[in-house]
Order: sequence, then C-alpha cells, then structure tokens
Amino acid sequence: MSELNNIENIIALSSDLRWQIGDDFHDNLAEGIYADASEIVENVVSTKGEKKSNRLDSKIDQIVTSRIWGFPIMFLLLGLILWLTIIGANYPSSMLANGLLDIVHPFLKSVAASIGMPWWLDGFLLDGVYLAVAWVIAVMLPPMAIFFPLFTLLEDFGYLPRVAFNLDYLFKKSGAHGKQALTMSMGFGCNAAGVVATRIIDSPRERLIAIITNNFSLCNGRWPTQILIATIFIGAVVPKSLSGIASVGAVIAIAILGIFFMFASSWALSKTVLKGEVSTFNLELPPYRPPRFWKTIYTSLIDRTMIVLWRAVIFAAPAGAIIWLISNIFIGDVSIAAWLIEAFDGFGFLLGLNGVILLAYVVAIPANEIVIPTILMLTVLVTGVVGGAGAGVMFELDSVNATGDILRAGGWTLLTAINLMLFSLLHNPCSTTIYTIYKETKSVKWTVVATVMPVIMGFVITFLVAQIWRLVF
Amino acid sequence: MMDTTVKTTCETCPQFNANGLKRLGVNTENMDFVIALAGNPNTGKSTVFNALTGLHQHTGNWPGKTVVRAEGGFEYNDQKYKLVDLPGTYSLLSTSQDEEVARNFILFGKPDVTIIVVDASRLERNLNLVLQILEITDKAVLCLNLMDEAKRNKITIDERALSRELGIPVVPTSARFNKGIPELITTINEVANGTIKCKPHRIKNVPEHINKAVKKLTVEIEKQLPNIPNSRWIAFRLLEGDMHIIKALRNGELV
Repeated sequence: MSELNNIENIIALSSDLRWQIGDDFHDNLAEGIYADASEIVENVVSTKGEKKSNRLDSKIDQIVTSRIWGFPIMFLLLGLILWLTIIGANYPSSMLANGLLDIVHPFLKSVAASIGMPWWLDGFLLDGVYLAVAWVIAVMLPPMAIFFPLFTLLEDFGYLPRVAFNLDYLFKKSGAHGKQALTMSMGFGCNAAGVVATRIIDSPRERLIAIITNNFSLCNGRWPTQILIATIFIGAVVPKSLSGIASVGAVIAIAILGIFFMFASSWALSKTVLKGEVSTFNLELPPYRPPRFWKTIYTSLIDRTMIVLWRAVIFAAPAGAIIWLISNIFIGDVSIAAWLIEAFDGFGFLLGLNGVILLAYVVAIPANEIVIPTILMLTVLVTGVVGGAGAGVMFELDSVNATGDILRAGGWTLLTAINLMLFSLLHNPCSTTIYTIYKETKSVKWTVVATVMPVIMGFVITFLVAQIWRLVF
Repeated sequence: MMDTTVKTTCETCPQFNANGLKRLGVNTENMDFVIALAGNPNTGKSTVFNALTGLHQHTGNWPGKTVVRAEGGFEYNDQKYKLVDLPGTYSLLSTSQDEEVARNFILFGKPDVTIIVVDASRLERNLNLVLQILEITDKAVLCLNLMDEAKRNKITIDERALSRELGIPVVPTSARFNKGIPELITTINEVANGTIKCKPHRIKNVPEHINKAVKKLTVEIEKQLPNIPNSRWIAFRLLEGDMHIIKALRNGELV
C-alpha cells in the first residue's frame, strides 16, 4: 500500500515539476542532446579535404530527383529491367518446359504404368499435382530469377528513396503520407510485405490508406503474368522488330495505371471516409552505395526468388489436384469444371474475359502466381487441345508461342489479353495479403474494404473496356 | 597498423571462425544472453544481424526496411546469444509504432547488451539516438559501421576518444564486407560477462532549471526503486508526461 502511495507521490511530484519548468521541456532536452553530440563529434571526428563522394551523390540526386528528369529516369529504369527480363526469360523458360513436361512427365507416366498404379492415382498425382508444379516452375522461375536480382540491385544502390522523393508531392496532393511511396515500392515485391511495411507511417489514417491501396502495386505473383501475356499478345500486333518494346511498354503502362489507381483511390478515401490532415516527415536520402553485385544476386535468388517460387509450388500442388478432380468428377455427363466454366462464361463475356479466367481467379485466391498455369490447364480442358492423356492434363508448353497457341485455341483475342492484364492489376489481394491486412488493422470492416474495393474496380474497368472495344472494333 | 593486419589474418582464418563463432540461425532456445541491435535507419543493422546469425534477413538501402523485430542466435565460447534486430529509429522520444517497438524492447526486454549500430560517416546525427539509449541502459557496445564509406569520404574517427566520451566500447566495422565482426563478437562477450564495465555518458547540456527538477525527481525514484540503471531517463519521461511510462511505473514493469 505504502509502495503504491510512494509511486503515486512520484507521479504527482512529476506533474508539479512539469508545471514549474514550463512546456519547452521537450525542445530543451532535444537541444541538450544535440549540443552533447556536437561536442563529442568535435573531439573525435576529423574530415580531410573535400567530401568527394558526397559531391557525386548530390550531383546524381540533382538529376534523378529533378522535375524534368525524375519521372523519365524512373520509367526508363523500370523499362530496362522489364526488357532484360522479357528478353532473358524466353529461352530458359522453354528449356525448363521441355525438360519438365516433355521428358520428365512421360517418364514418370511410364514408371507409374510399369508399377501398375491405378489410373485415378496416376492422374491425380502426375497429371494434376506434378504438372501444375512443373508448369509453375517453367512459367515463373526464369522471369523471377532475372527480375528480382535486378530490382534488388537497384534497391541496394539506394534508388528507392529517390522514387519516394519524386512521388512525395503526388502523395501529399492525394491526402496520403509521403512514406507511402516506400510501402508502395515494397508492394512491387510482395503486397503482404508492403502492408507490414506501413508500420513506418505513424498516423493511423494515412496508414490505413496505405494498407488499402497497396494492392495496386503489381506484386511478384503478377509481374510474370503481365510479362507473359504482354509478350504473347501485345508483342504480336506490332512488327517483330518492335515487339520487345511494345510488350515492355504495355507492362509499364499497367504498372503506371496501378500507381494512378493508387493515387485516385487514396484521394477518394482521404476525401470521404478517411478525412484528415496530411502529416509531414523527413525523408533521409541515403548515400548511393555500389551494390555488392554477386552477394546481392545470390541473396536475392535465395531470399526472394526461391521463397516466392516455393510459395507458388506449395499452392500450385493442391490447385493442380483440385483442377484434376473438378475436371474428372462428372455430374451427369458434364465435369464440375466444365459446369463452373459455363456458369461463369456469361459474366466473363460481359467483362471481355471468359469463364476459364474467372474460375482460375477463384482457384488462385491463395496465390497470384498460379493464375496463368491454372488458366492453361483449364483452357486445355475445355478446348480439348489435349497433349497428354485425358481431360484435365496440361498441354505441353515448349515455348511462349505454344502458350499463345493454347490461349488462342481457347478463344482468346487481344481484348481478352488486355482485360486479363487489367484484371490481374485490379482484383482482390491474395489470401496471405488479406490475412496480413486483418492482422495489421485488426478490423474486419477495413479488411473487407481492402479486399472488395479492387475487385469491384476490376469489374467496372474491364466491363467498360469490353463495351467500348466492341463498339469500336 | 600492425594490429589491423593481425586481425585481418584472423578473420580469414577458418580455424578462428569455426572455433569461436557458431551461427545458430533462428534457433533461439536456452539462451544465456539477450542482445538488442538498435540504431538509426539504414546504418546496416540487418547486415550486422546477418553477419552474426548467418540468417538472410532481407537488407536494402533505404530507411525503414525493418519494421518488426527479427530474432536469431549465435554461440561463442560455449555461451549462447539471442540477437534481436530492432526497427531503425532516429530517436526514442516520439510515439510512432516502430520507435515504440525499439524503446519498449530496450526498456522492458532488459537485454544483457545493446549493440548500437551507427553510420561512421554520419556520426553526429546518429549520436542523438546513441545518447538517448545510453540514458536507458548501461550495457552497450557502439558498432561504428560503414567504416568503408567513412574512409571513402576521408573521415577519420578517433575510436579511443569516442569510447572515452561515450563510456562504452567502440568497435569499427564494415559489416557488408564482414570486417570487424570477430572483434564485435568478443566485445559483446566481454560486456555480457562483465569483463568490460560501461560508464555510459549522460546528457550534460541540460538547462539548469530543468536539471534541478530532474535531480529532485531522480532522488525520489531511486528511493523507491533502488538498483535501476535508468532513473534519470524515467524522470525525463515523467516530466514529458509520457503516459506509457507512468503506467509502467504503476504496474511495476520498470523494476
């Protein structure tokens, strides 16, 4: 009891003293700390000559954060990375596909046959699980293995804070926190990581805006989708010599559109349900550091590429199993998959998409990475373009062209491709991100808003594009 | 000069690394000591963390990369250390979530040693946080990181004088190149085991009228809570009206 009283006495004494010393205590203390710091530094630090690299740093900064050059350089760097990814990924992709689908799969099939495996187990394991995993690896690994290390090199060099600096003005205009530029950049890697990164934003209002709009940053799982579809369909409508540039341009356009939607919805949120003041902050531009090239390549391969690939594989395996099951379990004489696709087809047509794509997005809620493999599997199923044995088996993908052939056989047009790219940008976050949003906000309401808002936007935008397209062409 | 060459040979000697340091990764069971890793954003805390634990925490050249506590472990001389990588902060005086994570851990987690990682080429700015941490804890090591950059900028630092001023050991490192890490480990070991006694710097330039109030309050706090290392810092916080600390004082969390 007396101990408690003593503590209360101390607290009471502190409030008395607080009145006596006045309200500039905080500033006085901060000044005191700075004074101590400068005394210490005076005694121990000496600087010889001109700070050469600082001058170089500020010269680079003058260019990359200038009004005129800031944005073009940003898009140029992103374009360069995407271009290298698109050019570099095609060949290893077809090699992997050759190996995993043309050589290993038939071999496994023959092994299964020789040990007398029942057809349903063989189908479930080899045509469902194995093929889904193999397809994910063939489609996803090469672009990731090129894109991530390049992006990490840029990050290591110190370029990201400059992006934040360039975008700060636009964030303020849209009523959001300038640090959202950093969480947005994180989202370009992974939205779940981007959502966690919003902890650097102190104001709850601005943090919520950053969380809800993070999904508009194209993530790991969606870059390869964009790159692949752009290469097949956008690259094909221009002369061959320009196809690389056209596909890069299309992917950048989608990324910029995402940034635009992020600003637009940040603005809309801050003008309606999340009104409030914009807080200011100091952004430190770190020095440029020459990246440690090989170490960066190594760790980004281990950390990012392999982890993301592993996640894709984990989700692809059960998805493959489900796809095989729904295409081999029949109700009457129609398989469940065919039945679902038919059910989704009408709505899909309105959106300029199709039933296969919508079903694929349902199956792929756990991970965006498996959207394309799922679409391919389902397309093969409904179009009857069969490479292996029986329904639900994925077609042999020996090159990007073959993927295009399957999709065209599935009735895809340029409109389908464009709208798929749009829908890939504008749809619900993956289940991991949804769960992370719930953990960070502790609010069902905001989790639902963050989940449903982009899907509705996706429906509206693809619907409008489809209607206008059909009017014009 | 000779000293450094000897160290470099040691660093590259596999015997030294194999016998002295065992990286335990995420395995942090039955630890002898808890070590906190604090510092300004973008000073290479995560790089130091990775160098000590053998983990691959993603590192990046931008402030605010680590927002959650990352934990890992290492073993040295048969003693096990748990290492906690705290979010980078410029100060501990405000209330954003990342600063609170860092402050609460140093205050309530009572780490056996706090490693403060600073950017050698921006020492003055970094000292702001260092001086605040030294008010809270009296077992700390200054990791003077990014020495390579300081050298490139022609900045020289008198490490012994700095160590004298701050009252804690100072270890120069270039964690990106694995330089200075063995010295850091032995220093951590010595502070944890009490071989090195710290006499941390306490903030001096406090205006007289405030100093009087702080002293008055500190005496009362020490009467009530003898043996706590940070009575003066608690006095600072009480004068600031920090509700979090008032609550902790009432709950007895500060003892």
